[in-house]
Amino acid sequence: MRSRKRLFGALPALLLGSGAAYAAPTPGGINFQAAATDTAQRVHEFHDTVLVVIAAITLFVTALLVWVMLRYNRRANPKASQFSHNTLVEVLWTVIPVLILVFIAYRSFPLLYEQDVFPEVAENEVVDVKVYGRQWFWSYIYGEGDEALEYDSNMVPADALAPGQIAQLSVDYPMVVPAGKYVRLSVTASDVIHSWAMPAFTLKTDAIPGRLNQMWFKVDEPGVFYGQCSELCGQRHAYMPIEVRVLPEDQYLAWLEKSKASVADGRAYLDEVQPLGGSQLASSN
Amino acid sequence: MSTEAHHGAAHDHGHAHDHGHDDHHDPKWYSPSRWLFSTNHKDIGTLYLIFALFAGIVGTAFSGFMRVELMEPGLQLFDGKAFGGFFGNEHDYNVITTMHGLIMIFFMVMPALIGGFGNWFVPLMIGAPDMAMPRMNNISFWLLPASFFLLVLSMFVPAQATGDATGFGGGWVLYPPLSGTAGHSGPAMDLVILSLHVAGISSILGAINFIVTILNMRAPGMTLHKMPLFAWSMLVTAFLLVLALPVLAGALTMLLTDRNFGSKFFVPAGGGDPVMFQHLFWFFGHPEVYIMILPGFGIVSHVVSTFSRKPVFGYLAMAYAMAAIGIIGFIVWAHHMYTVGMNVNLKAYFVAATMVIAVPTGVKIFSWIATMWGGSIEFKVPMLWAIGFIFLFTVGGVTGVVLANAGVDHALHDTYYVVAHFHYVLSLGAVFTLFCGWYYWFEKIWGVKYNGVLAGLHFWFMFVGSNMIFFPQHFLGLQGMPRRYVDYTPAFEQWHHWSTIGYFVMLVGMAFFFLSLVEAAIRRRKAEANPWGEGATTLEWTLSSPPPFHQFNDLPRVR
Repeated sequence: MRSRKRLFGALPALLLGSGAAYAAPTPGGINFQAAATDTAQRVHEFHDTVLVVIAAITLFVTALLVWVMLRYNRRANPKASQFSHNTLVEVLWTVIPVLILVFIAYRSFPLLYEQDVFPEVAENEVVDVKVYGRQWFWSYIYGEGDEALEYDSNMVPADALAPGQIAQLSVDYPMVVPAGKYVRLSVTASDVIHSWAMPAFTLKTDAIPGRLNQMWFKVDEPGVFYGQCSELCGQRHAYMPIEVRVLPEDQYLAWLEKSKASVADGRAYLDEVQPLGGSQLASSN
Repeated sequence: MSTEAHHGAAHDHGHAHDHGHDDHHDPKWYSPSRWLFSTNHKDIGTLYLIFALFAGIVGTAFSGFMRVELMEPGLQLFDGKAFGGFFGNEHDYNVITTMHGLIMIFFMVMPALIGGFGNWFVPLMIGAPDMAMPRMNNISFWLLPASFFLLVLSMFVPAQATGDATGFGGGWVLYPPLSGTAGHSGPAMDLVILSLHVAGISSILGAINFIVTILNMRAPGMTLHKMPLFAWSMLVTAFLLVLALPVLAGALTMLLTDRNFGSKFFVPAGGGDPVMFQHLFWFFGHPEVYIMILPGFGIVSHVVSTFSRKPVFGYLAMAYAMAAIGIIGFIVWAHHMYTVGMNVNLKAYFVAATMVIAVPTGVKIFSWIATMWGGSIEFKVPMLWAIGFIFLFTVGGVTGVVLANAGVDHALHDTYYVVAHFHYVLSLGAVFTLFCGWYYWFEKIWGVKYNGVLAGLHFWFMFVGSNMIFFPQHFLGLQGMPRRYVDYTPAFEQWHHWSTIGYFVMLVGMAFFFLSLVEAAIRRRKAEANPWGEGATTLEWTLSSPPPFHQFNDLPRVR
C-alpha cells in the first residue's frame, strides 16, 4: 500500500482542533473531494493523467482551428487549393489516437480490477455491513440473527440541523465503520433502484431490488464522509444522503455495543468521541 | 426560376421545362389539405421543422424551470407554493426533467435533423424527385404530433393509483421498478409508453423510407461512393433507427405488460430482473445518441467544405467513419451501467469497446480541419456554427473518454459531470449542427434571406451561454453533485448560479434567433439559388430557392 502523505500530512493539526476531519463538497470546488482511501487516491491520479491527455488534445484541436482560421481565411488565402487526400496524415491521426487509448487502457484496467475485486484478506480484517436503499432513506444492518443491529438513516431536515451538520448531507444515524478494516458492503433495495455513493471513496453501487451488489473500501484515518443517493428514486430522491463515520476500532466496537442497546445511545456516544465541525480535508489536488 | 435550375455543373440534363407546368398546380400554402395530406418531401420536411421548433420551445422552457430552481439551494419553484403552487413539488421537478429529456430527444433533435433536413435534402442531394414512399412519409410525420400529445397528456394524469400527483417523474431512461407499478402505479407512465411506441413507429417508418430512397433513387451515375456525406449520414442513421428502435419497443411492451397484465419481466418478486430493462434500454439508447449526432456530422462536412471552397478531405474515410461509429455504437451500451453490479470482466470489455469509438470520431474531427487546411475560408453564419461545433464536440468527446473508464466512472456516474458531457455532445453538439444546417439551407427552404447580423448574434450568445451553462457542471460532477436533484447542499451553489446565468445568456441568443425569423419574414429579401458560390457543389444548389414543388422530373446525370 502506498502512503498518502499528501492527504493525511495535515491530520495531526486537524486532531488538535475541536471536531473530526470531514470530506464534503467545497464552495467553488473544481476537483474531486479529498481521497479517503488508497483506491480513491489512485482514481484521482488516473483521472489527473487522463485530464492532462484530454486537455492536450483539446488544446491541439483548438490550436489547429485557430491556425486554419488565421492562415486560410478568404483574405489570407484567396485561392483555395483542391487537395483532398494525404495518406500519411490519415494514417497518423488513426494510429496516434489508438496509441493514446492503449496507454489510457493500460492504466485503467488495473484500477478497475482493484476496485471491483475484493482483496484476499483474513476474515478478522473484514467488517460486513448490509445496506438497504428505501424510499427515501437508507437502512444499515450489522451482524446476523439475534445479535444483529439494524437501524434507519434519515436526512436531518434543514430546520433541525445541529452545529457542524451540513444541510442536505447530514443524517440522524450515520453508518459507522472502523478505521483500517476492509469494509464489505452488501447493497440492495426494497422498492425501487437507489444508488449508494461516496465521492471521497470514489465508490458508487446501485441498490437494486432482488440483487445483492457488493463493494469494499478501507479508510485508514478516522473522519466523517458524505454522499448522496445517485439513482433517481422518486419524489424525495434528493433527500436521502449518506453519512459514513470512520472511528478507531475500539470506539467502533463501543459504538456497536451501545447501539445494540439503543441507537440513540449509540448516536450520543458517537457525538462524544467524534464531534462534528472539524476541518475539511483538502482536495487531493 | 427555371433558368437558375440550369447552372449546376454536376449534371448535364436540364429539367426546368417541367417547372412551369408543375408550378401552375402548386397547392396554396394556406390550404389545409396541402399539409394534412401532404406527400411532398419538402412540405413534410417543413412540417417536421416547424414541429421541432415548437417542441424545442417547450423543452427549452422546461430546462429554464430546472435552472431557475437550481440557481440557489432550497426550493424556489417546486415548493408547492411559488406562483400559487403552479410548479407543484419535487415530484413535478422530476416530471419536468423527464419531459425535458424525452421532448428534446424525440420531438426536437430527431424531427429537426432527420425528419426536417433529412426529408428536405436527401432527395435533393441524391437527385431524386421525392422520397420513395411519399404516403408513408406523411404518416411518419403525423404520428409525431399524436405521440407528442400523448406525452404532454401524461403530465396531467395521475402518477399513482392514489394521491393527486400527476405525470411520470422517473427520468427519460424509464428504469423499472420506478417506472413499474412499484414506482408509478397511475396511468401517466402508460401514456409515456404509448407515446414512445407511436414516436418509435414514426421513426421506423421514416427510417425505412430513407433507406429505400437512398438505395434505389439516386440519380444516374451517383454511386454510393459519390453520394454526398449528408445522405451517407442519413443512411447510417436510418439503419441505426431500424435496428435500435424495435429493441426499445420490445422493452416498452414488456414494461407495459408488467404494469397492466401481470407479467414479471422486470419485477424481482416474480423472478424478473430490473437490470434486464437497462440492458434493453441502452441497447437502444446508445445507438440513439449517434442517431442524434450523425446527421449533424453530415451537415458539418458540407458546410466546412462549402465555406472553405474545398472538397471534403478524405471523403471515403468520412463516410466509413460514420458507418464504423454506427456499428461500434451497438456494442458499447453497458458503459451506461457500470454501477449496476456487472461482472468486472464485462466492464473491462465495455471500457475497451467504448474507447475504440474515439478513433473514428477523431478521424472526423481531423478531416474537417484538413478540409479547411489550404482552403479559402469565409466566416458566414453557418461556418461559425460548424467551427463552434467542432470545438465543442471535441470538448464533449474527450470527457467521454474519461467516462469510458469504469474506474473513474464509479465516481462520476450519475453526477453533473455526465450531464455536462452529454450536453456538450448534444446540446452544444447536435443542436449546433442543427442551427448550422438551419442557416446553411435557410434560403433554400424558405426562399428568403436571413439577416446575417442577427444570426451572428444568435451564434455568439448561444456559444457563450451554453458554455457557461455546461462547463461549470464538470466541476459540480467532480465534487459529487448527483443528477436529477431538486435541491443541493450550499457548497454547490456557486457553479449552479453560473450555470443558471448562462441559461439566460443562451436565451438572449434564442431571442435573436426568433428576431431573425421575424425580420426575414417581414423583409422578404428574395433568395438566390446558390448564395454560397463555388464551394457549394451538391445538387440542391442547382435548383431555385425555394425549389419547385416537384424537382428532377428529368433526372440529373452525375458524372
